[in-house]
Amino acid sequence: MTSENASSVEITALGKYYNNFHALKNINLSIPAGKVTCLIGPSGSGKSTLLRCINFLEEYQEGAVEIDGQVIGLEAVGGRKMSARRLREMRRSIGMVFQQFNLWPHMTAQQNVAEALVQVQGLSKAEAARKAVAALEKVGLGDKTESFPNRLSGGQQQRVAIARAVAMEPKLMLFDEPTSALDPELVGEVLTVIKDLASEGMTMVIVTHEMGFAAHVADQVAFLEAGELVSCAPPAEIFRNPSDARIKAFLETYHARNQF
Amino acid sequence: MDIDLFVQYGPMLLRGLLNTVLCWIVGAAGGIALGFVIAVAMYYGPRPLRYVLRGYIEVIRGTPFLIQLFILYYGGPNIGLRLDPVPAGILGLIIYGSPYYAEIFRAGLQAVPRGMIEAGRAMAMSEGKILRRITLPILMVSSVPPLTNFSIILTKETAILSIVTVPELLYQVQTMSAETFAYMEAMFALALFYWGFVEVISWAGRKLEHKTNAFLSKELSA
Repeated sequence: MTSENASSVEITALGKYYNNFHALKNINLSIPAGKVTCLIGPSGSGKSTLLRCINFLEEYQEGAVEIDGQVIGLEAVGGRKMSARRLREMRRSIGMVFQQFNLWPHMTAQQNVAEALVQVQGLSKAEAARKAVAALEKVGLGDKTESFPNRLSGGQQQRVAIARAVAMEPKLMLFDEPTSALDPELVGEVLTVIKDLASEGMTMVIVTHEMGFAAHVADQVAFLEAGELVSCAPPAEIFRNPSDARIKAFLETYHARNQF
Repeated sequence: MDIDLFVQYGPMLLRGLLNTVLCWIVGAAGGIALGFVIAVAMYYGPRPLRYVLRGYIEVIRGTPFLIQLFILYYGGPNIGLRLDPVPAGILGLIIYGSPYYAEIFRAGLQAVPRGMIEAGRAMAMSEGKILRRITLPILMVSSVPPLTNFSIILTKETAILSIVTVPELLYQVQTMSAETFAYMEAMFALALFYWGFVEVISWAGRKLEHKTNAFLSKELSA
């Protein structure tokens, strides 16, 4: 399914190497339009690398990532790298939120959101500022538009980062451990914002360690270990009735850690 | 100390100061511009270019300005480069300063968190826009103090231009002391002029630092 405002992603036989290290091994994964896919797994399993291959921040060597049927990063024929211009064209409809927020420190919250609206979408400064304020209001930060990032809490910074990505009206949102750098009491506010976005029908891919959140919000959960996709299934199946011993072991460790 | 001497030689010394300031402004600005281009080329450019630029930096940084200027001014005509003293002096300052400035910018570029640039890429910004809108402003925070610092060092290197007969401060002071034998007064005047000049640059550097770091200050929080 390819709807107006949501992209689908098709990952086939994806392979990624860091020199001799085989980081991703023959990954095959379908991400349907308008659905939420959570990527889980132990540290170093390759989930962030996989996510970063989807917008080609990370180059891959084998297979392909197709967005709405179009291969990203590489030319469909010949496998050469695609031009910077065409890559940017494809990235315009892909939003990304990072673990470390990556807000630009010399710009206010509002300027952070407005920047790409002006520089990439070519909006006027006034129009971009108006849209930026609206996007910040939507994530509950209408009163922080003039604040610089270093005056905001981690949770607020991440909400600005989400507003920055969403203001571009992407058809696909990538979240790379959006709550991992946050103090526990700030995780909730960010997850609430992501949950609200999910209900709007945007395609979302979320790398997370928040199992409860994944169980609640995901349409499908993909479990990776050691660069391999072990399983991709509805959350109920992964969390309640895991087929693979590696998933069981991972969840047991997770539960053991979160008991008190 | 003979104060009358300063009145008598005042205009000449001021002309010297003016030449020093002029050579410094053009030399430092040119050196900063060339240094920035070198740093960016080393950061983004292909490997062979990086090696060439690294070689340039090592050679220029490893040899004294005095000798560089000698070669440029007296050796230049051998390869058809015939320059008047002032242009030769300014070009010499630009060449001499560029590797130091390049290293300041290179270190600054490396200190810009990768995530800031990745955020720009993920937002579909072009590399040029990322450099101008994101990398450069962040880079300036760490670079302005060392830029000011080296520019101050460069003020005193301008004295070397006297060897190719640029009528800058030292040249005028040497003339004054040769004519009057008042070495003490002449050197005192020289030190005073340089000091005053450096204080102005230092003040301007602090102003610039304040401006580039504005987003770090607490008063700006809403």
